[in-house]
Amino acid sequence: MLVVNDAPTTLDLEPRVSLLDALREHLHLTGTKKGCNQGACGACTVLVDGRRVLACLTLAMQVEGREVTTIEGVGPHPLQAAFVRRDGLQCGYCTPGQICSAIGMVAEHRHGAASVVTDDVTTTPDLTPEEIRERMSGNLCRCGAYNGIVEAIVDTAPAMAEMAPALTPVPA
Amino acid sequence: MRPVDYVRPLDVAEVLTLVAERPAARFLGGGTNLIDLIRQGVERPDTLVDTTALPLAGIDTALGGGLRIGATTRNSDLADDHLVRTRYPLLAQAVLAGASGQLRNMATVGGNLHQRTRCPYFVDRESPCNKREPGSGCGALEGIGRSTAVLGTSDHCIAVHPSDMAVALTALEAQVELTGPRGTRQVAMGDFHLAPGETPHLETVTQADELVTAVLLPPPSLGVARYRKVRDRASYAFALVSVAALLDVHDGQIRQARLGLGGVATTPWRAHAAELVLVGAAPTDEVFEAAAAAELAPAKSLPDNAFKVQLARRTIVATLRRLRADGSAS
Ligand SMILES: Cc1cc2nc3c(=O)[nH]c(=O)nc-3n(C[C@H](O)[C@H](O)[C@H](O)COP(=O)(O)OP(=O)(O)OC[C@H]3O[C@@H](n4cnc5c(N)ncnc54)[C@H](O)[C@@H]3O)c2cc1C
Ligand code: FES
Ligand code: FES
Repeated sequence: MLVVNDAPTTLDLEPRVSLLDALREHLHLTGTKKGCNQGACGACTVLVDGRRVLACLTLAMQVEGREVTTIEGVGPHPLQAAFVRRDGLQCGYCTPGQICSAIGMVAEHRHGAASVVTDDVTTTPDLTPEEIRERMSGNLCRCGAYNGIVEAIVDTAPAMAEMAPALTPVPA
Repeated sequence: MRPVDYVRPLDVAEVLTLVAERPAARFLGGGTNLIDLIRQGVERPDTLVDTTALPLAGIDTALGGGLRIGATTRNSDLADDHLVRTRYPLLAQAVLAGASGQLRNMATVGGNLHQRTRCPYFVDRESPCNKREPGSGCGALEGIGRSTAVLGTSDHCIAVHPSDMAVALTALEAQVELTGPRGTRQVAMGDFHLAPGETPHLETVTQADELVTAVLLPPPSLGVARYRKVRDRASYAFALVSVAALLDVHDGQIRQARLGLGGVATTPWRAHAAELVLVGAAPTDEVFEAAAAAELAPAKSLPDNAFKVQLARRTIVATLRRLRADGSAS
């Protein structure tokens, strides 16, 4: 049983079916995109129990009983409006992944996460453009809309932090 | 397609019974490496044993002042942990230097230790590869080899071990706890990964009927430490060279030095030769250069990867200089 965007559904799947294919091919939720299918682009980013993960390297079986949120379950979201305002996209293929990733990223930051560009990892730095670029590096944009993406996140981060659920470690 | 079973056991005893009966079973942590390799036909398990429902996630202080990191702890939870960040910032930095936010949310400690090489010949089933198919030869030795190793290589394999986390664990002298039908044993990080030698397909001491249940860190050492990673782009790329370094200077003399190297070796590399030069000496640029030279003297390079020897030398020296500055500032 999968819970996608608050809707429980039961699917009968071969164990090797990825969450990405389950969403796109079986549940017809095609907002989540398939770019590389090997973890290298971030287009397939979704939220599982509020954490951003790659649907292409997750088996549907692994998230049984967990809350999966795709771009279809996110909107309307202030970050989407900010992407439009700031030209955070061109073709739009990477955008669903960028939006889900940014929501997860802000939640991680609110939870206190440092990053590799944080000089002192015992602290939680402000979400500067440099920090945002590093934390969003798992989402590639072939159109190179990065400047707009970063601006949209800067604009929306405070509002998103308030919306972010408290993160708990992945339940055992 | 051959059928595959998926199971998610709740306790370790159940796992041990299962894998004893099914030699072609594979543990599935986050799946970030294994799922890709299954899709490419490199791994062909008959059973996937999901480890993430086992009661092995979490980080606790251990007897004697160290830490016990459960094997299914996610990489992001490891890097976020308060004790890790304050007492072992080197480890937090190394984990944060790897992969991406999404992948670190998925990847487990046990999976990270066992991740397979990113050598392009290993994943290309058309090419010979002694790791993938023992006895078939090594495509990288004759081929295009920019990503390959210069330390710990053999005539049979020059593939790099790709993990950042493991390089820091090596420098931190961590122990790996393995659990199998014969009970629990601990193996030092320095002995956990196997040099390719004539058997490149054997990568760790983990037996088919064992799983990693924890990583144990000794109490933190004195001194300052840092992880430095050099790669083709600023983020989300494997290391060309990485250095995990710890330096303790007292009264103008190096009391302790620990150095791990990534990106250049077939295993997470402990730079013992460099440490021997450093300990007892003054922390001067000349000593740092001599240490790097001692470590890299046995390096064996090919035309395509020869740049790594120079890059490693410079990165070792730059990291040690930075630590010298950090140390005198604190
Ligand atoms: C695009 C991309 C970029 C990446 N960049 C980096 C990088 O820069 N630096 C870096 O270090 N890594 C990088 N990685 C690799 C990533 O860190 C590993 O894939 C991850 O750590 C593996 O953990 P996992 O839990 O997902 O392992 P899995 O894929 O689930 O398993 C990997 C292997 O470990 C075995 N295993 C799992 N758990 C156990 C256990 N408890 N005991 C015994 N065996 C076990 C499995 O059977 C399998 O053989 C990258 C990966 C991708 C896809
Ligand atoms: S499709 Fe999943 S990361 Fe590219
Ligand atoms: S908008 Fe085209 S890939 Fe990002």
